[in-house]
Amino acid sequence: MSGDPTLERIAQGEGLALCAAGNWTARFAPALERIVSDAEKLRGSRPHIFIDVSQVASLDTFGAWLIERLRRSLSDASAEAEIAGLSANYSSLVDEVRRVGPAPRVVNDRLSITGMLEQIGRTVAGVSGTIIGLVDMLGAVLAAAGKVLIHPRSFRLTSTVHHLEQVCWRAVPIVVLITFLIGCIISQQGIFHFRRFGADIFVVDMLGVLVLREIGVLLVAIMVAGRSGSAYTAELGSMKMREEIDALRTMGFDPIEVLILPRMLALVLALPILAFLGAMAALYGGGLVAWLYGGVDPEAFLLRLRDAISIDHFIVGMVKAPVMAAVIGIVACVEGLAVQGSAESLGQHTTASVVKGIFFVIVMDGVFAIFFASIGM
Amino acid sequence: MAEQDIDAIIRVRDVTVQFGTTRVLDGLDLDVKRGEILGFVGPSGAGKSVLTRTIIGLVPKVSGRIEVFGVDLDAASSSQRRAVERRWGILFQQGALFSSLTVRQNIQFPAREYLRVSQRLLDEIMVAKLVMVGLKPEVADRYPSELSGGMIKRVALARALALDPELVFLDEPTSGLDPIGAGDFDELVRTLQRTLGLTVFMVTHDLDSLYTACDRIAVLGNGKIIAAGSIADMKASQHPWLQQYFNGKRARAVVA
Repeated sequence: MSGDPTLERIAQGEGLALCAAGNWTARFAPALERIVSDAEKLRGSRPHIFIDVSQVASLDTFGAWLIERLRRSLSDASAEAEIAGLSANYSSLVDEVRRVGPAPRVVNDRLSITGMLEQIGRTVAGVSGTIIGLVDMLGAVLAAAGKVLIHPRSFRLTSTVHHLEQVCWRAVPIVVLITFLIGCIISQQGIFHFRRFGADIFVVDMLGVLVLREIGVLLVAIMVAGRSGSAYTAELGSMKMREEIDALRTMGFDPIEVLILPRMLALVLALPILAFLGAMAALYGGGLVAWLYGGVDPEAFLLRLRDAISIDHFIVGMVKAPVMAAVIGIVACVEGLAVQGSAESLGQHTTASVVKGIFFVIVMDGVFAIFFASIGM
Repeated sequence: MAEQDIDAIIRVRDVTVQFGTTRVLDGLDLDVKRGEILGFVGPSGAGKSVLTRTIIGLVPKVSGRIEVFGVDLDAASSSQRRAVERRWGILFQQGALFSSLTVRQNIQFPAREYLRVSQRLLDEIMVAKLVMVGLKPEVADRYPSELSGGMIKRVALARALALDPELVFLDEPTSGLDPIGAGDFDELVRTLQRTLGLTVFMVTHDLDSLYTACDRIAVLGNGKIIAAGSIADMKASQHPWLQQYFNGKRARAVVA
C-alpha cells in the first residue's frame, strides 16, 4: 500500500542519516512502532546520527512522538541525535511532544496470596462496619419517623403513595404468578411422595402450614428484595452520584425524611399485603393441583385445610412480613447511600443490596422460628 | 457553489429533525471548511446540541443529507462509517468519561480498540495527550469522580484527540469553567488546531471563545442557520437576536 511509513538508513561518511518517509500517523502506528524499535538498536553504532523527516507525507502525535522517542534513544552522552528537515507545519507538533516526560508507572494490583488474604481479612473486618451501618440507618429512620409523628404535616404522603404503587401494586402480578406456581409444585411433589403411604390427604396439612408460616412470606420477601431493594439502591445511588442528595441537604431537607422514610414505609406496608396475596395464590395453586392431579376435590381440601391450620400459622407469617420489609429497606438504603462516583460502584452496591437483603431475610426467618417455637406458636 | 464546497469537511443539506410534533431543525444547511474553527451559537434550546448529535448520528433526522469527509453517512456501509468515526473526536458537554476507568484507561480506550500497539507506546501517547491538554501525567491513575470540572473537560478533550482525529466536535467546552480556565481552554483549542491541523466544530455560549478562538461563526435560530460569517459580519447584522447577542451589555464588556 502506498503511503506506508519507511525509515531508510543512509551512511554519510562517519555519520548515519535515517530518512523517514510516508505517512507517520496513527493509522500506521503498529508498523511505525516496529520500524522505530528496530532503529533504536543503532544507538552508538556511529558518532553522528540524524533523523531526516523532510520526506514525511503526514505527521500526527503518534508519528511525532515516535520520532522524538527515536531521537532520545539514539542520543547518548557524547552525541545528541538531531531531527532535520522539519517543515514549519510540523515543528510545533514536535516541540509539543518534546515536553513529554516518562509515563507514570501503573499501580500494580496483581493477584497474590497475601493480597487475597488481605482482601478476606478486610471483608471480615468490614462485617462489623456493615452491622453498625444498618443499626445507624435504623436509628435515623426511626428518628425521622418520630419527627414526622410530632409534625404530621411534614409527612410525604404523595411520595409514599407513589412508592407504594411501585413496590406493591406493580409487583402483584409477578408475585401472585410465582407463588401460584410454587404452590402447584409443593402440592404435586407432596402428593407424589405421600401417595406411597396412602397419605395423599396430608398434603393439605403440609401445604397449609408451609405456605402460611414460611414459604409465602419468605419467597415474597426474597422477590421484593430482588425487585424493590435493588431499585431503591439504584435510585438512591444515582442520586448520590449526581449530588442530588447533597443538594437536598443544603436546602435544609433531611434526605432520610424526604427520600428514605417514604420508601421504607411503602415497603413495610407492601410486604404484608404481597405476602398475604402470595399465600392465597399458593394455596389456590396447591388446591388446584390436589384436585386435578391428586383427586382431592375442593370441598375435601377446604375441610382438611380448616382442620390442619389454625390462625396462629397465619399470624406467624404475617408478623414476620413487616420486619423483613424493614430489613430489606434498610439494607437497600444503606447500600444506595454508599455508592461512590462510578457506574461500577453503583453496580457493586446494587448487587450487595440484593445479596445482603436476602441473607438478612433468611437470618430473620431463622430467628423468628426459634422465637415462635419457644413461645409455643 | 459546488466549487466552493470542495473544501467542506462537513456538509449539511436541508436537514430536518423532529421530536414528536416539535420541529427542532427545519431544512438546515451548513458547511464546515477544512482547518477552520467554527463557533456555533444560538439561543438556549434552539437545537445546537441536536444538530451536533444529528451530524454524529446519535439523533435520527426526518429528511436531508449529511456528508462528513465527503461520505454520506446514511448511505455509508458500516465499515465506511467506522472509518469516518476514527477520523473524528467528540467532546461531550459533561465530558462523558467512563466512570469506572481511570484517566489513563479513558484516554487509551480508543487506541487500544483500534490500533495494535504495545502498552509502552499507549502509555507514552497517553502522557503526550495529557501534556497537550495541559494536565500533569500524575493524574493518569485517578478516576473521573476524583477530578475537578475543568480537569474532566481536559481529559475528555484528550480522549477525543486520542486517535489524532482530523475533526473535533466540542459541545460547550468552556461552560462551567472559570474565565481564566475558559481562556486557557480557548488558547488550547487554538494551539491544537494549529499543531494538529484540526477542524473544530464548537458549540458555545461563550462570547470570549467566539472572539478569541473561532475563525467563523454560524448562528442557529428557528431551526435554520440565520447567519454565518466573521465576528464583524455578526456585529453588522440587523437580526434582532444577533444585535442583542453581539452588541448587548455582556458583549460590550468582552470587547472593552
